[in-house]
Formats: sequence, C-alpha cells, structure tokens
Amino acid sequence: MVEAADFCDQIIKHFGSRVHYGGAGIDMHCLKVNPDYVVDLCHYLKNDPTLKFNFLSDLCGVDHHPDNRRFEVVYHLYSIPLRYRLRVKCRLDDPQKGQQPHIPTVTGVWRTANWHERETFDMYGIIFDGHPNLKRIYMWDEFEGYPMCKDFPTKGYNDAYNPYGEEPGSIN
Amino acid sequence: MTNVTVLNETGSNSEGTKEVLLNLGPQHPSTHGVLRLVLELDGEIVERTSPHIGYLHRGTEKLAEDFTYTQIIPLTDRLDYVCPPSTNLAYVLAVEKLLDIQAPERGQYIRVMMAELSRISGHLLIVGALPMDLGAMTTLLYCMREREMVMDIMEMISGARMHTSFCRIGGVREDLPEGAVERILEFCDILSDRLSDYEQLVAKNRIFLKRTRDIGVVAAEDAIDIGLSGPNLRASGVNWDIRRDSPYEIYDRLDFNVVVRENGDCYDRWICRVDEIRESIQMVRQCLAQMTEGPFLIDIPTIAFPVDKDLLGCSMETHIHHFELSAYGFKVPKGEVYVPIEAPKGEIGFYIISDGSEKPFRMKIRAPSFVNLQALETGTKNMKYLADVIAMLGSLDPVIAEVDK
Repeated sequence: MVEAADFCDQIIKHFGSRVHYGGAGIDMHCLKVNPDYVVDLCHYLKNDPTLKFNFLSDLCGVDHHPDNRRFEVVYHLYSIPLRYRLRVKCRLDDPQKGQQPHIPTVTGVWRTANWHERETFDMYGIIFDGHPNLKRIYMWDEFEGYPMCKDFPTKGYNDAYNPYGEEPGSIN
Repeated sequence: MTNVTVLNETGSNSEGTKEVLLNLGPQHPSTHGVLRLVLELDGEIVERTSPHIGYLHRGTEKLAEDFTYTQIIPLTDRLDYVCPPSTNLAYVLAVEKLLDIQAPERGQYIRVMMAELSRISGHLLIVGALPMDLGAMTTLLYCMREREMVMDIMEMISGARMHTSFCRIGGVREDLPEGAVERILEFCDILSDRLSDYEQLVAKNRIFLKRTRDIGVVAAEDAIDIGLSGPNLRASGVNWDIRRDSPYEIYDRLDFNVVVRENGDCYDRWICRVDEIRESIQMVRQCLAQMTEGPFLIDIPTIAFPVDKDLLGCSMETHIHHFELSAYGFKVPKGEVYVPIEAPKGEIGFYIISDGSEKPFRMKIRAPSFVNLQALETGTKNMKYLADVIAMLGSLDPVIAEVDK
C-alpha cells in the first residue's frame, strides 16, 4: 500500500511535466493538469493497481472571472479500496470571442461523470468533447446564458416573467 | 395512472407493434416529487428510461455566493428535506474545516445524534414508501406514525419539525431541552419493538418479494462506476461507509456495524435501510450515554453568537460582535475544502472555495440523490417492465429537492 504522500510523486513521475503538484490542501492532495491530458491521467488514476481511484465523487466547474483563463474543472476522486481522496484541477484556456471553452469528457473513465458534466455544461457553458448526451440538465433547453457564471446576475435578467431581474449589461 | 400520457408513437417493429414514448410525471405519486421520466415502451417492456430533472431547481449554489456563511445554513435544509440535520452537518463541517475550528464535544454529540435521528426518519419514509409504490399502503401509515415521533423530538429540540437549521458553525444553536433525553430514549425503545413488525409485514410478503427480488439489479462494479453511494451502494456488496472509513465528529467513538448486502436488487436496497435504522437506534443510544455536560457552541465571539443572551444587555463588546456577525458575517481564510459525510442518501459533499471574504466564492454540493438517480438511465439489469421502473425508483430513494438543488 502506498503512503498518502507518495502517490502524488508516483503520478508526477509517470506523467513528467504534463501533471503538476497543486499543494497538499487542508483536506487532500491536489494535482493540476492540462486539459489535453486529463483523460490519460484519469485512466491512469483509475486503473493503476497502487492507486485504484475507482469512485468519482464529484466533478464541478469554477468561474474565476474576471481573471484570465477563467474556467476551471475540478474533479474529486476517491479510492474505495485504499481510502484516499484526491483533487484534480484543470484550468481551461480562454476561448476566442463567441466560442465556448472545451475539455475532453471523462465519461469513458467513470460513467457517473455523465450527469456531472451535463450540469457543468448547463451552469458554465463548458463543452465536454465526446460526451454522449451533452444537453442542459437543470435549465430548460431554450434557456439562454449560463447561470453559475460570475457575470450572470443572481436575480436573472429582466423579462416578461421576471420584473425584478437586472438589465442586460449591468454586471461585468 | 391518469397523469401518464402518450406523447407520440415512434415507428413500428417487425411484429407490427408500435413503440410509444410515455411521460411519467412530473406530477406522479410514485416519482416522490417533481421528477419526470420519459420511457420508451414496447408494449409493457421498457426499452429506455431517461429522467428529466430540474423542475425544482432553485439555484442553491448561486444563492450561496450571495449569502454569508451563516445565512447558508437554512438553504442546506431545503436540499434533503426529509433529513435536514445531516445536510446541515455536512455544510457546517466544511466551513469549520476552512476556519480550522472544532465544535465542543457536547455540540458534536448533539449534532451526530440529530443526524442519526434524521437518518431514522428518512429511512422510515422509504421503508414505508417503497411498499406503498408497489401497492401495500399499510406499512407507510405505520412508518409515518413513528416518523411523526421523530418530528416531535426535532420540534422539542429545535422548535421546527422539518427545517431544523439547528447546526451552527462551531456547534449547535441550543442545548438539549429538559426531558429531551428521556423522550428520545423512549422513542428508541418503541421503534426497536415495532420495527420488526413492520419488517414482517412486508419482508415476507409474496407480492412484495416478486416485485423486488432480482429486480433492478446493480452489480457492485456498475454501482461504483455510476457513482452510487450510501445504502444503495452497500446493497450491491460494496463495504464502504464514510462514518467508519474516515470518521468525522465523534463517529470513531461509536460502536456500529456497516450493513452490507450482496444482490444489489430492490429488495436488498430496502432491507439495507431497515437494518440501518436498527444501527442508528443503537448509535443514538450510545450518543446519549456518552454525552457529558459542557459547552455546545464554540466560544469565539466573531464566529458564534453568545450562548448567554443576557450578556447582550450588559456587555458592549458582545453587542458589537453580535451586530457585526448579524450584519456582515465573518471572514473565512482563503482556501478550498471538500468535505464528504455519510448522509442517509449517500455521500453528500460540500466543496467550498473561499476567497477570504464573508461569502463563499464557490459552493458546490455533491448531492447523493442526483448521482444515484443515474442508475435509472444506465447500469441497472432486470428492469424490464414498467412496474419494475417504479420499484427501482422507489428503492433508490431519491429526494427531488436534493436532486435539483
């Protein structure tokens, strides 16, 4: 059995410069990875016999607006046999104007990622390339905008159904 | 089933029968809330189930970004409204970890006891509701009687029956009132007597067995892959309980068994809950026995309101802290934390990113029901007929408020 502190070294050794150590954190170790290698990393984390991160606890988006490279996807993994937790963070490059940020899907690694990724797409507009059914999950299909983004007002936008909403362009 | 309507007919197969799309819900008693299932049916055989959620989406995570840390506690009540103390506890633990504080021992015992009581009341609901979905009304009425007793206890302790909001960052709001311990112990005795009766009412009923045994089977590997947790996962034979494997609060001092079954069918998921109620009764008793007198709320005036309310009238400093705490909240050090606990429905986790201000920068809720519900879409074997979908849905025990956040 690997010691909790060692397994990060092992992963970083295996992936070289593609994976960075993101600090020990209050609760668990953290790894940072480029979106291009996230699927490789996840496959390795799940299938390596000394790691066995077989349970994807959570997957979520974070919006760092107005910083550069504003979107981030965070994975929380758990190894049921070895009882380790691990956080994997993946900061996305800013898309060109009018485009949406992209990241490969990890549904091929853990099926549970399906709904988590749909939720992240619904709330942040992050597109998970290769996702089998990337549709809005909470909001209705015709809804415009991505409500969890920091530039989306909490009260929503003013329209016929929402007299208390903000005027478009009031938050930046 | 009047509110099941045929949407349209999609083509026909070689036998000349037509496949239909059926719309189950969002207002159907067996969906346990506003859940809508679209079923592709070939006769009575279900080809595909796709859950459509979001009818109860309130944007809890977005709201949380505009609320101070203390104000978020009532929001967490409204997630799993069947057992709010557990959700309260998960949230409060996450903030406490960020602040690097710990509740006093008595506070921890009270919180754990409330969480276990709420687990009893939550499990009682599904122990009664699954048979009701399958046509046996009696058990639910009996279970509701005992659930009512838990509600009364909650009301006695916190003043509210459902949305208790009793946990505070750094402890609990008040001490246990006089007579509460005796009342809880009396309830434990009554329930342990009656639980076996309820189990017998249903567990050996041939109709119930036919409808649940080997129906909706989720194999252990599939269960982990689709992210099931809690009793749903343990029914599939995976021996994992956060209370035992990474104990929080005072769970390491309690002596309890983790209930694990093997088959992963609807029956096992149901019986798992019955056995968990028994364990929870033991845990509540142990909590009450081990509890000692002492403070129940942390004594940091910038984080917690003063326990002694009389101080507000005579101490200027207490008054200032009280005002600042009410008006602005308190600052939480920069950092991020993910705290999972074992809620009645499974692993509930709060991922909080703090930017050093009074409000969280990001709060993500890992809602167990949300993830568990995916089992309807994929990974379940032997869910062939329409009636099996109802059994499967009932046995997964989703709370739609938690699914939709």
